[in-house]
Amino acid sequence: MLKRLLASREILLLGAIMALLALIATRFPGFVAPSNLAGVFNDTAPLILLAIGQMIVILTRCIDLSVAANLALTGMVVAMINVAAPGMPIGVILIVAILLGTLLGMVNGLLVWKLDIPPIVVTLGTMTIFRGIIFLISDGKWVNSHEMSAAFKALPRTELLGLPVLSWIAIAAVLIFALVMRRTTLGRAFYAVGGSPHSATYTGINVGRTQFWAFTISGALAGLTGYLWVSRYAVAYVDIAGGFELDVVAACVIGGVSIAGGIGSVAGALLGALFLGVIKNALPVVDISPFWQLAISGSAIIIAVAVNARANREKGRIILKSAEHAA
Amino acid sequence: MIRRNFTKLLAGTAMASAFLASPALADDMRIALVVKALGIGFFEAAAKGAEEAAAELGGVEIIYTGPTDTTAEGQIEVINSLIAQGVDAIAISANDPDALVPALKKAMDRGITVISWDSGVAPEGRQMHLNPSSNELIGNMIIKLAADHLPEGGQVAVLSATATATNQNIWIEEMNKVMGNYPGIEVVATVYGDDLADKSYREAQGLMQSYPDLDAIIAPTSVGIVAAAQAVQDAGKAGEINVTGLGLPSEMAGAIESGASKSFAIWNPIDLGYAATMIAHALATGEATAEPGASIPMGRMGEVTLDETNSGAMADPFVYDASNIDEFKSIF
Repeated sequence: MLKRLLASREILLLGAIMALLALIATRFPGFVAPSNLAGVFNDTAPLILLAIGQMIVILTRCIDLSVAANLALTGMVVAMINVAAPGMPIGVILIVAILLGTLLGMVNGLLVWKLDIPPIVVTLGTMTIFRGIIFLISDGKWVNSHEMSAAFKALPRTELLGLPVLSWIAIAAVLIFALVMRRTTLGRAFYAVGGSPHSATYTGINVGRTQFWAFTISGALAGLTGYLWVSRYAVAYVDIAGGFELDVVAACVIGGVSIAGGIGSVAGALLGALFLGVIKNALPVVDISPFWQLAISGSAIIIAVAVNARANREKGRIILKSAEHAA
Repeated sequence: MIRRNFTKLLAGTAMASAFLASPALADDMRIALVVKALGIGFFEAAAKGAEEAAAELGGVEIIYTGPTDTTAEGQIEVINSLIAQGVDAIAISANDPDALVPALKKAMDRGITVISWDSGVAPEGRQMHLNPSSNELIGNMIIKLAADHLPEGGQVAVLSATATATNQNIWIEEMNKVMGNYPGIEVVATVYGDDLADKSYREAQGLMQSYPDLDAIIAPTSVGIVAAAQAVQDAGKAGEINVTGLGLPSEMAGAIESGASKSFAIWNPIDLGYAATMIAHALATGEATAEPGASIPMGRMGEVTLDETNSGAMADPFVYDASNIDEFKSIF
């Protein structure tokens, strides 16, 4: 029992995060103060949201490289809507952001499902297209904090029971998707499609359509994050969240989501994101050269993948064990 | 065939207008201000400065022109048509340093004075280049901005772009050279936000945690300064920590309003257009010649001294604060 618990990726990762926090505390004790940890969680919230979506996509043997571009495009659109109509209620803005993100995700999903193009190619393409569209609609200009309405900027910062709304949204997403992945037919279909597409087809699951839904969910979460991101940093321009898709994929990989599909959990994605979040927030305060910072982030990813590969190898079964003993 | 005839015709008209232009010189000198593209606030402001210079000089007509998009091909067309019109001087902010050289050479062969400003042209394609500022002036300005609000000294930190960004590193180096002129100011750290809003924000947060007594953050990058100002504002330290450096008025208006930034600097496009026009006039009339070491008058902006590549720096970056931000935030 204990051995099984220890072998669980999530527990291992939680242990790694704790060890990391202890290590950081020796150099900068203030980092582990509850208020600061809450700040780190809040800062990691966008990564958590995107990692959940990415995990679902990766489960179905796909990958979504367009999440950061989707986030940036949605963010720019809602920012421009806000400038054009400052009086528009934030509820409407949120709905627009989620709908637009969903739509962009559906484009990815349809291309993968109906045209059967490899997901990495589709999303590499849409990533560039989305960034291009931002440039077209914004003319390369920034939307700046003084042009955004106070209400637009206030939502993610508003405190509820001691935590900003941004954090609560991430917590809600974690709970909802933990439930969806465990308890709904669609959630189980994601695992089935990734685990063994052929068997899934025989059980009556449409593989392409399931992948389409995975991209749609990833898009919706990216759209939601788009508003939160632009509102939090109070600026929107073509390059926001540039390269963030790699962080998102890294969070999933660190969280034990198998790139080969079929293996992964919401808890894993959450912990993977938190692991990266802790590193990102700790590096500025522990005073390490920026060149080392990159190397450290990279090493963490490779170590995670190595551990992952080892864990997967051990899954092989000796089918003639009893015969072996009998001999 | 048609094309060749057309070229000939064009050359013919160019020559004809060149002849026609000579008597026109007597009444009005025509100076063309060629920008990267029309409709950009920064360049519209430069045109305003050019008009100001023209009014001051008298007898000068400004032709403000440029392509509709920022391409070198568009600018070449514009230059060719200016040659055909026989203007006296061309002052250009180039979309490409090399692609424009042949067209500009042709202009100089026709006796047109050619200078570049803001964004330069390779030395063989212009008589001189006017930089908005110089590395030394910028390095000095960024520390001065912080020091001016810290009469009793204090701790400042630098938030740069990437650790390998050449211009940033040169400015920081120049800043460190003049630190002796600002006693009591201590640079406690240099961090890198990679010109990403989220990373810069996080680095600014890290600075506030690591140095609780921090008085100012200097960010000589437009992404970094905005992100740092937002981080300071979110931490409730607006007014306590002054975020300064190089930024654009339109992007920094919110930070000035919230008090997270007391002042910041960047070139003033009006001054730049004014100075470029003054120089073009001085060179076209023969009042000054463009050669290494020469000083060329720029009216109210003083004089510019040329280096061995015939380029010079206009002035210190212009300081923007609560008193002038409203005027400039709609310009660029």
